[in-house]
Amino acid sequence: MAVDTQYYAAQPRFRTSAVVFGVIAIAALLAAPFFFYPVLLMSMLCFALFACAFNLLIGYVGLLSFGHAAFFGGAAYFAAHAAKVWGWDPLGAVLLGAAGAAGMGLAIGFLAIRRQGIYFAMITLALSQMFAFICLQVPFTHGEDGIQGVPRGELLGLVDLNEPLAMYYFTLAIFLFGFFAIWRIVHSPFGNILKAIRENERRAISLGYRVDRYKLGAFVMSAALAGLAGGTKAIVFQFATLTDVQWQMSGEVILMTLLGGIGTMVGPAVGAALVVALQNYLAASNFPVTVLIGIIFVVCVLVFRRGIVGEILELARRRSKDAK
Amino acid sequence: MSTIFGIPAPALFGQILIGLINGSFYALLSLGLAVIFGLLRIINFAHGAQYMLGAFAAYLLLTYAGIGYWPSLILAPLLVGLLAVVIEKTMLSRLYGVDPLYGLLLTFGLALILEGLFRYWFGAAGQPYAAPQQLVGAYNLGFMFMPIYRGWVVIASLVVCIGTWLLIEKTRLGAYLRAATENATLVQAFGVNVPRLLTLTYGLGAALAAIAGVLAAPIYQVSPLMGTNIIIVVFAVVVVGGMGSILGAIITGYMLGVLEGLTKVFYPEASNIVIFVIMAIVLLVRPAGLFGREE
Amino acid sequence: MSNAPLLEVRGLNAWYGESHVLHGVDLDIREGETVTLLGRNGAGKTTTLRSIMGILRLREGAIRLRGEDILGLPLHKVAQAGIGYVPEERGIFASLNVSENLTLPPTVSKDGMSVEEIYELFPNLYERRSSQGTKLSGGEQQMLAIARVLRTGAKVILLDEPTEGLAPVIVQRIGDVLTALKKRGMTILLVEQNFRFARKVADRFYLMEDGRMVNAFPGHELDARMDELHEVLGV
Repeated sequence: MAVDTQYYAAQPRFRTSAVVFGVIAIAALLAAPFFFYPVLLMSMLCFALFACAFNLLIGYVGLLSFGHAAFFGGAAYFAAHAAKVWGWDPLGAVLLGAAGAAGMGLAIGFLAIRRQGIYFAMITLALSQMFAFICLQVPFTHGEDGIQGVPRGELLGLVDLNEPLAMYYFTLAIFLFGFFAIWRIVHSPFGNILKAIRENERRAISLGYRVDRYKLGAFVMSAALAGLAGGTKAIVFQFATLTDVQWQMSGEVILMTLLGGIGTMVGPAVGAALVVALQNYLAASNFPVTVLIGIIFVVCVLVFRRGIVGEILELARRRSKDAK
Repeated sequence: MSTIFGIPAPALFGQILIGLINGSFYALLSLGLAVIFGLLRIINFAHGAQYMLGAFAAYLLLTYAGIGYWPSLILAPLLVGLLAVVIEKTMLSRLYGVDPLYGLLLTFGLALILEGLFRYWFGAAGQPYAAPQQLVGAYNLGFMFMPIYRGWVVIASLVVCIGTWLLIEKTRLGAYLRAATENATLVQAFGVNVPRLLTLTYGLGAALAAIAGVLAAPIYQVSPLMGTNIIIVVFAVVVVGGMGSILGAIITGYMLGVLEGLTKVFYPEASNIVIFVIMAIVLLVRPAGLFGREE
Repeated sequence: MSNAPLLEVRGLNAWYGESHVLHGVDLDIREGETVTLLGRNGAGKTTTLRSIMGILRLREGAIRLRGEDILGLPLHKVAQAGIGYVPEERGIFASLNVSENLTLPPTVSKDGMSVEEIYELFPNLYERRSSQGTKLSGGEQQMLAIARVLRTGAKVILLDEPTEGLAPVIVQRIGDVLTALKKRGMTILLVEQNFRFARKVADRFYLMEDGRMVNAFPGHELDARMDELHEVLGV
């Protein structure tokens, strides 16, 4: 279910253009809050990180998790609780969210990796639904109301995050940290083994790799990074609610990744930005967003399974092939 | 009043009955999922939406055409099956041969579209649908009162499940289906029109979901959200039972429904999650599922 | 009996994905003939059968049954046109019992054998008619695979390595069955490594190498060509 990224990495010309692209992208992200509404941008960044974290699993291990909302929304609850009830520093709260998500990832992943393919998807969906029911019932999440009025606080006691720009750059820093963490994971020896498992699990087993441990490791990392995104979102929006733990959210992150390009580095981020922009745009109209999301799903699956970035990369690859 | 484990007997039996009813829907839905998965290798996420469509078809037939429960029990599955046939022909059939996860994603998208549209048209609130006159009232069984309609649902779903099982195990069409589940290419090389078999199977699976929807309409309200909520539980049921066996899917459905009902008596807080917990335990002890074969 | 071939293959090319596996294969089978394809493992014999059948879809060239092109037909129409297939792996279905396996393929003409006739020809299948298909021995499974296409009334039977892995006494039994079928006027395209077996039943031989037809000769020349064959087949 992925585009061959190894090919691009091996191309020197491509590597330089990737660096150039990266520099331009970071510059654009730094300048963006002066041109766009920062809250929208921060929302995009949180979902972009969420989608990139999800993509670590589907794009590089070939595992479709239908339960990533549990990590995203769970971390939002943890971070919100830490910041509001315990008065933690925002960074500490976000990190606690990521750690909590990692713990949940360990438990859910341990069960889910016992089955493959379609069953893996169903198990993650069922377990995350169970988590959503628990969130509905336990007192600390405040049920239907959620945790409201979470203070943004002062970062390390120095920077007041109630300042929109400060909050934006904090979010951007977390996004970039997460994104490069994923980049490092994918391009490490560990990442290569993950890709080998994706290509041919039996062969990886016969080569002596303890495939289950690698899968679980990737699952926990993906959950932790999704938690990083969810925790940050709770600080940015100052609340954590049931919306973020429900199956619809798991569906949305799948859509973002599929739309942008499964198995591409930047695709999920692009997909996330598009979906968030679209939802923001449609929020004013009374058009049912779910229907549109469903339609995008169907269109993506039927006509462009590589996603936007995947199709662009494929086009570039064909061109360079023809040029030879 | 007699008590069992400190629980008044009528309450206990009442919850077991509710469990049996939920179990009937789990059984019907996981049966349909298993039939579709067996041949198409696709997890039909739209199964919940098709169940919802069945209920809505009955509701709309009654509201706009004055067609009552009994004809709807036939018409609604036919209509939903027909829609499924169109979906298979135009969309699913393009996905054979690619990663089965795409089938899951496509049907997930379809479920969102259907659910979103009905929510847009009818709102999230449920619409009431009355049980047919013949089935109104309750029997006194001595130890409890049993609403006639609920008894009917349990019997009807059993009949449909057994009928489907007989169709698959004892008929020529069923033999095609079983053989094509093992090796579709060879069955087609013997002259069986397998593409049509795939279409029919998807239609049949969806029709089963729609029957469950019509049966459910008088018990739960007819609501756009009824499908997705139940389908996630049914996924857990399917993981517990394993999809290798038709009979296994049916038995697991009823069993987990009753267990869920019992949990409501003894520890109501956990009744929403008990099936998921059982799924987790089964994954730990017997990953392939109770009736599953490890593939 | 007319002299026009019942099954005619012209310039057949076939591909598995990107690899080109059949190169311009020509083949004729007249009505009532038994023709055997010889060749080493990987020479393209099974591929030829699968291409004629239409299981392998990436093909070019012409395949005609009684002059009608069947190459463009969907897979199930090829069987309906009158070609019966007995695959190398036998393809007995585990979830079907023997009698269900036997009656699985739809009949394509009235000329097929009745179930009674088949049970007469294969008495042990009758005895085991309610056992699970894959519980049969290898030899019985092979009989069942052959019996299955006899019921349908197919005009041509494609038979892929029927003797592979079977004990000599069963091989002989299969030889008897084929002889009986020949007497009934059945047209058979046989793939066989064991040409001591094939010589008893084959009217003509084709020799394949690297996806090409390299030689064709009538059955009675087999003995004279033994040395040549040993060299090509590497036996």
